[in-house]
Amino acid sequence: MTHPPPARHGLAARIALTRGRVAVDVGLRAEPGEIIGILGPNGGGKTSAVLALAGVLPLESGHVRVGGEEWEVPGRTRLVPEARHVGLMLADPLLFPNLSALDNVAYGPRSRGRARVAARERAKTELASVGLTDHAAMKPRQLSSGQAARVALARALATDPLLLLLDEPLAALDPETRARTRSDLAARLTAYGGMVVLVTHDPLDALTLADRLVFIEDGRVTQAGSPAEILREPRTPYVGTVVGLNLYAAQGDSRGHVAMEDGGALVTTDASEGRVWATVPPSAVALHRHAPEGSPRNNWRLRITDVTLQGQSARVGLSGEIIMTAEVTLASVTALGLLVGDEVWASVKATEVRTYPR
Amino acid sequence: MRWRSRIVLGVPAAIGVLLLLVPLAALLLRADWTRVIPDLGSDIAGPALRLSLLTTTTSAVLCLLLGTPLAWLLARSEHPAMRWLRALLTVPLVLPPVVGGVALLMTWGRNGLIGQYLEGFGIQITFTTVAVVLAETFVSLPFYVLAVEGSMRGLDERLESVARTLGASDLRYLRTVALPLVLPGIASGLALAWARALGEFGATITFAGNFPGRTQTAPLAVYVGLQHDLQIAISISIALLAVSVIVLGLLRGRWIR
Repeated sequence: MTHPPPARHGLAARIALTRGRVAVDVGLRAEPGEIIGILGPNGGGKTSAVLALAGVLPLESGHVRVGGEEWEVPGRTRLVPEARHVGLMLADPLLFPNLSALDNVAYGPRSRGRARVAARERAKTELASVGLTDHAAMKPRQLSSGQAARVALARALATDPLLLLLDEPLAALDPETRARTRSDLAARLTAYGGMVVLVTHDPLDALTLADRLVFIEDGRVTQAGSPAEILREPRTPYVGTVVGLNLYAAQGDSRGHVAMEDGGALVTTDASEGRVWATVPPSAVALHRHAPEGSPRNNWRLRITDVTLQGQSARVGLSGEIIMTAEVTLASVTALGLLVGDEVWASVKATEVRTYPR
Repeated sequence: MRWRSRIVLGVPAAIGVLLLLVPLAALLLRADWTRVIPDLGSDIAGPALRLSLLTTTTSAVLCLLLGTPLAWLLARSEHPAMRWLRALLTVPLVLPPVVGGVALLMTWGRNGLIGQYLEGFGIQITFTTVAVVLAETFVSLPFYVLAVEGSMRGLDERLESVARTLGASDLRYLRTVALPLVLPGIASGLALAWARALGEFGATITFAGNFPGRTQTAPLAVYVGLQHDLQIAISISIALLAVSVIVLGLLRGRWIR
């Protein structure tokens, strides 16, 4: 894993703490203006990392430096949350129920010493930028979930934070509202221009919003890189699932033979030697009722474990010599009569199998 | 089967209801209603009711000023010492009031833990109105603290995390968000504490004595009235009953559904 050079005016942090049964120890870096997407399974330490950056959870060791300023070094410095320039937004919008939408947004500027009138002016501008000018006087219970999320975003940004922390900001919304709020969020984040740490378990959020992705599993960073790099070369089974590729840990040789660690073998035209990862895109897996003739050199007779429909295509889970997911058209599901428990032939062209060093 | 369960459960339940309601009815039935209003203005009842009003209100204000910060600290701290403190605070709640009166005497009395030093300054607490207020606060503060602490514990802790990242100190968060949100809890805690102070008898008569106009509160006046004029005792009792019902009405919808 490569680290970018130390960010002098950005974010540089190593967060080590224990919460519940998870020992978290992760390094995070961000350049000014960068949006970092943090992904990972639930309970892996994503939220703990965010709360530590906000100063809500203390570090056991490590450091947090933002914009050239030391925020926390255990035993030496520990800025309280109100002394850090952060904005925090969680899945639950957590608006103050006793205050109107406007006063919720003005709460930050007021707390940081702005006069009432100036704070309200700022709040009006923020509400306008999320399209809620008409809702300023409403109490949180009168707002829809999507509106509440936008007020929460406006509130987090009204203090001009150096670092904006978003923990699953869209998770509590229904799918339709989520799609709309996601595009609002993208627009607002572009205009904001500060650093953002965005925690999510929705790959779409991460891929559309983030400049760089960091995967945290069991309290450790397991992979980090640009969305393009991650999509091309996933390096853990979890990341493989997120980007939707069949991923195998294997041994490769110079002639393109790939021996998988769990048994089974692949042939590839993209040979790498030694310990490798091998990927097979689900869309490259062809299914047949009878043993295929001709070019494909990767052929297996596998049992169907599950079939799920997604619009016009279907994902077919297969197991046997090798475990893989195939993505086929709805038409071929009907034509082949694919049923769970059936045995089918699966084939993959050697040109579709990619390998890269582990 | 149905009729059996009705008898097994219904009969004790009905006896319970009668046990509670018949005495109230008896009080109302035996009252000489033409005398109630004049009695309340009499030499025994008038000063006693005024004293009760003064002392219970003072004690309610003390609960508000001392009990609210205490409840906040109890609600937020996870420190083991705070758990012990909470357990200790419930002791006065279950303590027989007379025992509380003796304990107060041992503290503020002439030879008491603190009273012996006050004596040097010519300050005497026992048998004064101040003693009445102390006795009432002693019995009602735990009610207030536990009620308010309960509603403070109901607050989402993450609200405070968000407020602090917005630049609010914990005191500002308390003032602008937490207190407004627990206001209903504070109101019901106050009503509960005030009602408890109003009924205070044991600790008051032990620690403050029974001096008309100075330490003789309404419950004490009822006790005195019983000895020579039953009807005036009934009249004051009805006044206290009416006040209790009003407090109950204020609490309705929060504690009683």
